[in-house]
Amino acid sequence: MNKIESKNVHLYYGDFHALKGISMSIQENTVTALIGPSGCGKSTYLRLFNRMNDLIDNVRIEGDILLDGRDIYKKNIGMRIDELRKKVGMVFQKPNPFPKTIFENVAYGLRVNGIDHRSFIEERVETSLRQAALWEEVKDKLKKSAFELSGGQQQRLCIARALAIEPSVLLMDEPASALDPISTSKIEELIYELKTKYTIIIVTHNMQQAGRVSDRTAFFYLGDLIEYDDTPVIFTNPKDIRTQSYVTGRFG
Amino acid sequence: MTKQTKEYIAFWIFRILSFIVLAILIWILYFIFVRGWHMLSWDFLTKMPEDGMTKGGIYPAIIGTLYLVAGSMLFAFPIGVLAGIYIHEYTNDSKFKRFMKLMTNNLAGIPSIVFGLFGMSLFVKTLNFGDSILAGSLTLGLLALPVVIRVTEEALIAVDDSFRHGSLALGASKLITIRKVVLPIAMPNILTGLILSIGRVSGETAPILFTVAAYFLPKLPTSIFDQVMALPYHLYVISTSGTKVQESRDMAYGTALVLVLFVLILNLLANALRRYLGNKVKMN
Ligand SMILES: Nc1ncnc2c1ncn2[C@@H]1O[C@H](COP(=O)(O)OP(=O)(O)OP(=O)(O)O)[C@@H](O)[C@H]1O
Ligand SMILES: [Mg+2]
Repeated sequence: MNKIESKNVHLYYGDFHALKGISMSIQENTVTALIGPSGCGKSTYLRLFNRMNDLIDNVRIEGDILLDGRDIYKKNIGMRIDELRKKVGMVFQKPNPFPKTIFENVAYGLRVNGIDHRSFIEERVETSLRQAALWEEVKDKLKKSAFELSGGQQQRLCIARALAIEPSVLLMDEPASALDPISTSKIEELIYELKTKYTIIIVTHNMQQAGRVSDRTAFFYLGDLIEYDDTPVIFTNPKDIRTQSYVTGRFG
Repeated sequence: MTKQTKEYIAFWIFRILSFIVLAILIWILYFIFVRGWHMLSWDFLTKMPEDGMTKGGIYPAIIGTLYLVAGSMLFAFPIGVLAGIYIHEYTNDSKFKRFMKLMTNNLAGIPSIVFGLFGMSLFVKTLNFGDSILAGSLTLGLLALPVVIRVTEEALIAVDDSFRHGSLALGASKLITIRKVVLPIAMPNILTGLILSIGRVSGETAPILFTVAAYFLPKLPTSIFDQVMALPYHLYVISTSGTKVQESRDMAYGTALVLVLFVLILNLLANALRRYLGNKVKMN
């Protein structure tokens, strides 16, 4: 079944036409990579799925986006925005832990969604930190400030924080671009493992990374979806000449 | 002239100018300390004025100023902070934001004597509070309001949007995001600004002139409808309009020193608090 479906989606920043009729469907428990040159609309497209574009002034959105078959933008019959964001977690480009303890960072999403049962929270925090492959490194300093962690650890903390409220979709906007190679490969392994439980959409500028972690790849260019196919096809046998020159590094 | 010489001259001009500023500041402080220091004593701080205010202490003026500062903050802090939050977090319209900024700037630029007149007309006369702590505090509070609003706005601007987005993306509402993430980060700066505005308020004479300040009132207030003496006004009175201006010179310098020390201590406190909260915020 299609986890996510976008049908002819247009997005305008004021007069600027940033997404020009994007249609694509995303299967459950797969990793989809969004690639394309800077400014082509990858982040904009990603932010549609948890309605983060709503925070920007003068944004106009047309078309439909369905999550589990339900329209996430239609007023009344659609999904409430907090309900949506509980189902669709997001990891940002720059690690952005809150100025709280490691524990409270992970517990935050639970607390703000009305959960205050202590042992349940403790259990969720541990599980999430384990899922984010961070537990062993932080289990003795849960009461320490999240800012004391390294950048790579902070990013995994942000992943744990997103996982704690048990979303079914995880959006990642260049989650490893600010990290060193070792942290990057940790995050990539993580994505690979998380795939069994989550539907992941990841924006990346790193072709090798897209090749390694994703099942499907979508190539964007100037607000258009040029090509969307199985990752090996995109990288070895693309149909569009623009896709080919991008993935082989001839422009970017 | 070579580029380096120009660079060199510019550097020294800046350096000398900033030294001049520093020197003036030190000079003023030195002047007040030297003349006022010998007046400082327990009695001076805790006794009523005596002998036409040429002897005794300034206790009622100190207490009066404390009441006024507390009263004005009780009024200006909640309203100012809430207004600042509203303007920065809840209005998307940048025109409205600019308009509010313009208005608060204008408000901050109004001479304090005008606030005094306004306070007299509204609080003392129309609302019939009379010359009272209440009327004086509200007037001073109005004066502090634009400062508190600005300080709050600046503190909120300094909070990186990535924190807000991180919270919203977890399904938190805007209100919860502000309460649990934004405000704890902004609070050290807000409180620092608040304490600095207390410094400003505690030194103002004009706004309390027609609304609360008593020329000579050697007793403590018993309710918010009483008049009080206050440090800046007391200083003004004993150095200009008393009958024995010459004899009360020492008292005047002593009072000035107390006022300056009060503001200095507040500023140090503001710094310490910022550092303390800055550390704490990372931890809770
Ligand atoms: N808040 C905004 N207001 C106006 N225009 C915007 C805004 N955000 C993005 N844009 C424009 O929309 C287009 C797509 O931006 P987007 O951030 O989605 O690109 P991207 O593919 O993620 O680029 P990058 O790889 O550099 O992150 C760009 O031309 C950008 O200038
Ligand atoms: Mg981007």
